[in-house]
Amino acid sequence: MSGPVLLSVNDLVVRFPAPGTGLFGLQKQWVQAVNGVSLTLSAGETLGLVGESGSGKSTLGRAILRLNDLTSGQIVFDDVDVAQGSSINLQHLRSETAMVFQDPFCSLNPRMTVGATLAEVLKVQRKVATQDIPARVLELLDMVGLRPEFAERKPGALSGGQCQRVGIARALAIEPRLIIADECVAALDVSIQGQIINLLLELRERMNLAILFIAHDLAIVRRLCDRVAVMYLGKIVEEGPVEDIFLRPRHPYTAALIQAIPEIDPDRPLPGEPLQGEPPSPLHLPSGCAFHPRCRFAQPLCSSSPPPTRYVGAQRYDCVLEEPVF
Amino acid sequence: MSAPVLKVSEMSVIANNRGHEVTLVDRLSFELRQGEILGLVGESGSGKTMACRALMRLMPSPDLKVQGGSVLLDDVDLLKLDSNAMRAMRGRRIGMIFQNPSSHLDPLMRIGEQIGEGFRLHQGASKREARALSIDLLRQVGIPDPASRVDNYPHEFSGGMRQRAMIAVALGCGPQVLIADEPTTALDVTVQAQILRLLLDLRDRHGLSLIMITHDLGVVAQTCDSIAVMYAGRLCEHGSKRDVLAHAQHPYTRGLIDCQPASSAGKSLLRTIPGQPPLLNALPNGCRFQSRCTHAGQGCAEVLPVMKSIGTAHAVACHHPLSVIQSVAS
Repeated sequence: MSGPVLLSVNDLVVRFPAPGTGLFGLQKQWVQAVNGVSLTLSAGETLGLVGESGSGKSTLGRAILRLNDLTSGQIVFDDVDVAQGSSINLQHLRSETAMVFQDPFCSLNPRMTVGATLAEVLKVQRKVATQDIPARVLELLDMVGLRPEFAERKPGALSGGQCQRVGIARALAIEPRLIIADECVAALDVSIQGQIINLLLELRERMNLAILFIAHDLAIVRRLCDRVAVMYLGKIVEEGPVEDIFLRPRHPYTAALIQAIPEIDPDRPLPGEPLQGEPPSPLHLPSGCAFHPRCRFAQPLCSSSPPPTRYVGAQRYDCVLEEPVF
Repeated sequence: MSAPVLKVSEMSVIANNRGHEVTLVDRLSFELRQGEILGLVGESGSGKTMACRALMRLMPSPDLKVQGGSVLLDDVDLLKLDSNAMRAMRGRRIGMIFQNPSSHLDPLMRIGEQIGEGFRLHQGASKREARALSIDLLRQVGIPDPASRVDNYPHEFSGGMRQRAMIAVALGCGPQVLIADEPTTALDVTVQAQILRLLLDLRDRHGLSLIMITHDLGVVAQTCDSIAVMYAGRLCEHGSKRDVLAHAQHPYTRGLIDCQPASSAGKSLLRTIPGQPPLLNALPNGCRFQSRCTHAGQGCAEVLPVMKSIGTAHAVACHHPLSVIQSVAS
């Protein structure tokens, strides 16, 4: 199903200085957004990245494309380390990767027509000869299911779903091999969500795209992705093939997330005991396992030392529990 | 079944857009019984939020007005009250919580003052009494350590705690009806489950009636007793949760259910509803869903369908409703 490894991330760390700290002798605090994440993505594979808000999933996605600065770690794209990369390496990265953003309105320039937005990417990346650009713009619009006259329109005249299609067309313009989609359907209505998901599924088949799909909606991830990685406070706590994880989650956090999916089944009531509390601030990470303050199965050991990484089949998880008890 | 607490009949909301009148909500009618949770479902722009703001008479713009019909809350017609009388109802008899708690809490006021404001205004409570009542309410909505949290500002609360605080503000004076406008859309799934559990507990404890506006049918399935589906400003299906989810009669309701990426397995393409909702200033004659409908037939293009009862508590506005057998088979 999946080809050679396209992207591999090793022990990536991203920290930001917290706003409002570090002045006049106040101790400078750091937001520890990503704490040692390792993952790989093969050509043509879709990896879902899920977690609550503040878990660092968007920061990780942006750091991989070097839209954020990173503190340490390695990002190897196409056998080239782009983490410490020179501008040439970065140029290579940018010409092979693209991002689709959450808010379809905010990520398009309201003063540029759709055609101009798409043409700009083609001009900058110089993958298409200047005289062929108008034809390519129409081809891109067709690919995402928009009629040619949309090239003349501005984002203000488009609906949310149409804007997101333009966002995807812009990402496809450079014929990328990797797309990072950051909550790209979260702002859309369900009936439109389905259309965009189907579009991504079709394009993946046709172009052998690798997709890093960042989402908090687990139902969509199960439908779209081959593998899923669950993030909690900057760490990947569990990772593996989608069906394995959904049928047999091994980390208590993954189990709680899956239990909280609201299903359309009138006979399935709300879970009696939802996961308590909310994620702690990434300014002050809990010691040991970051999940232990909310974990029903926490042991004294959990608060003192980081949990071991365990491997079961293709599944990887970080927990002291050897066998799931939920 | 108990008598209806809230009875909305034939209520319309009209927007005046530079001389052009656009109907955002078209002759909406429904009833809400004591202790009932009604899920009001629809896509953005279907008028569900506007309808509920009209019930509260909280119109976001002076160009919007409620036209015709009546909103009876225990035999008092809210639409006939003057603004002072309506202010006395808001908070005390009918309350509302919003999608984004950050933008509906005053950032410069302590949480306790915001909750206590209602007690001081409606019940003439002293500062000290209001504070004690606020602490009690914060405890009821599950804020840990309420005695010290009462003096916090909204920015010191997390998203889920802000939503709990807003619920506390709305519950303050013990309203009979609470309108929750997408109360969990901005929250994570785990926190969403906590807030929904809280709303269910409050219903059980205080006999509250709830209108839950949402676009997430999963949330509806877990919490609501009955469901009303809106499309382009009109009600298209209304019934008990089981009738609507398991035996949807309107092709739009069926489409909404089918296009949810249900968490069951399967890698096939999702079913979708092709096209988009019509613009409210360019509505077609006849049924508003016709251009996206797979079952459109005779009469759909000419005659606007009205709600017809098809069961004890199930009504649908469609010329060619899906038969029960067919919807079970699919």
